[in-house]
Amino acid sequence: MAITKADVLHVAKLAHLTLEPGETEQIIVDMNKVLGYVALLSELDTSQVEPTTHVAVSHAPLRLDVLGPNLTRESFEGEAPRYSDQGFVVPGFVEG
Amino acid sequence: MSIPSNISDIARQVQNGELRARQVAEAALAQAASNRDLNAFLYLSPESILKAADALDERRLRGEVLGPLAGVPIGIKDALCTLDAPTTCASKMLLRADAPIPAENPTTHGWRAPYDATVVARLRQAGALIFGKTNMDEFAMGSSNENSAFGPVKNPVDRARIPGGSSGGSAAVVAAGITPCSLGSDTGGSIRQPAGLTGIVGVKPSYGRVSRYGLIAFASSLDQVGPFAQDVRGAARVLEAISGVDPADSTSADLPVGAYEAACGRDIRGLRIGVPEEYFGEGLDAGVRERVEEAIAALERDGATIVPLRMPHTNYGIATYYVLATAECSSNLARFDGVRFGLRQEAPGATLGQMYGASRNAGFGAEVKRRILLGTYVLSAGYYDAYYLKAQKVRTLVRQDFENAFAKVDVLATPTSPTAAFKIGAKIEDPLQMYLADVYTLPASLAGVCALSVPCRPLAATPSQPPLPVGLQLLGPAFAEERLFQVAARWEALRTALGPLAS
Repeated sequence: MAITKADVLHVAKLAHLTLEPGETEQIIVDMNKVLGYVALLSELDTSQVEPTTHVAVSHAPLRLDVLGPNLTRESFEGEAPRYSDQGFVVPGFVEG
Repeated sequence: MSIPSNISDIARQVQNGELRARQVAEAALAQAASNRDLNAFLYLSPESILKAADALDERRLRGEVLGPLAGVPIGIKDALCTLDAPTTCASKMLLRADAPIPAENPTTHGWRAPYDATVVARLRQAGALIFGKTNMDEFAMGSSNENSAFGPVKNPVDRARIPGGSSGGSAAVVAAGITPCSLGSDTGGSIRQPAGLTGIVGVKPSYGRVSRYGLIAFASSLDQVGPFAQDVRGAARVLEAISGVDPADSTSADLPVGAYEAACGRDIRGLRIGVPEEYFGEGLDAGVRERVEEAIAALERDGATIVPLRMPHTNYGIATYYVLATAECSSNLARFDGVRFGLRQEAPGATLGQMYGASRNAGFGAEVKRRILLGTYVLSAGYYDAYYLKAQKVRTLVRQDFENAFAKVDVLATPTSPTAAFKIGAKIEDPLQMYLADVYTLPASLAGVCALSVPCRPLAATPSQPPLPVGLQLLGPAFAEERLFQVAARWEALRTALGPLAS
């Protein structure tokens, strides 16, 4: 089940990556090589095996519902590419 | 005045005033200046280091008792947030978007974190001097440090070779004697492998041992922060300082921190050391095997019991890891979208989606894109069960290998990497070949157990190459770090007694 150009373009869209025209071909080659290797896993019968999602977290720790110190707005607003009126500025995404 | 090379001597002398922190800082800065060609630092501010050193010396003069890392310079992997230095993860993605990027020292233009990572705050608390930000593979994705957006790091042992990765800069600064220790992060071997290839000690603590708050996430079910050091005791002391539960990281374990440094003096008589056959199979370089077997034999002569055993799922570790880690990275790196920090590419009239796509394309390097796409693919509708769920099930089998092994033995001993450091450029064209070099470090990450790499005697020098380092990897059950330090310190003493290999 080889990866096609359509597959790569589909996942690139899902991942919000705009690939350069020349980039796609090499990515198809690399992904097929790695996924071809990953097919090794199908040798193992895992029908009776439970998946491991996480090794150490047996329960989510709880804490008291009290206000602690928080980052100030000033501490990160200067790092935003576009910031104004106490908000991150992005291109419009609602048709008006 | 000569500066001691190990952490405990530096700290003691700074604490009692025999040595000023400023002298230590100046010596380390001089060493950094004469090793600039290693490209090990992404950011180094002599002013802020000297200021911190002076502040420490003043505190001592006021009669304050300084902490266990007083005056010890520690290089910090650029994946860890620091208040007084930019953090870029060696990616263009975290360069500021508001001005042209300078050609010289572009990382001075990196993202400024609004907080210190918990580990960095704990080091400062212990009196350490935060000594610059070290180069790495972009977003910690790589095994050679060739994936940095700001150029590869060179191995101090042989500058034509890679130092390993992804924490290559942190390994190189310690191996070159610039700082006696540093911090890295290990997702699939990114501390152990570079430690092995540069001839120093590197520790991947058990999952949950060290807080990950302020570590830029790659694969959250695997990432751990840990120390590099020139000696085992030094690594133990740094790990003690950074370990312990943190309310800011819900995956940090609420378990007491061990006495790692004290464990370094213990003898190993009667300790059972398992040697898994699968770690000595095809692909292991004959010279590396010889050096690792020499270390195991020395530990046996010293009183340990060697137990050969099988861990049948070892060879499935690479495939399992590259499904799970890429899946997690595709999710974690979704936050780099040009909105809240870092780079933004926005053509006039672009939609939000176009802005995301263009920013991420301009910010991420080839390996990061490859992993995001792979991870998105294995999580996508129609492929989730075949790849992601399958890999999670095989992860269970890999864990069971470790549970079965640790029912019989106290620690495991293996090579850290199948070969010594390779030449820069040798594997960069073939990502799969690069991934295969992680075969011995990945299983412990999947199982969440603790692991460290301690130098064997290096390979014999040849006319064309210097004696290249080889790492002995020791693996212990989760939260049994004390045992690893016990064995590693013993081997370090035995190795010193053996002396250098006759060439």
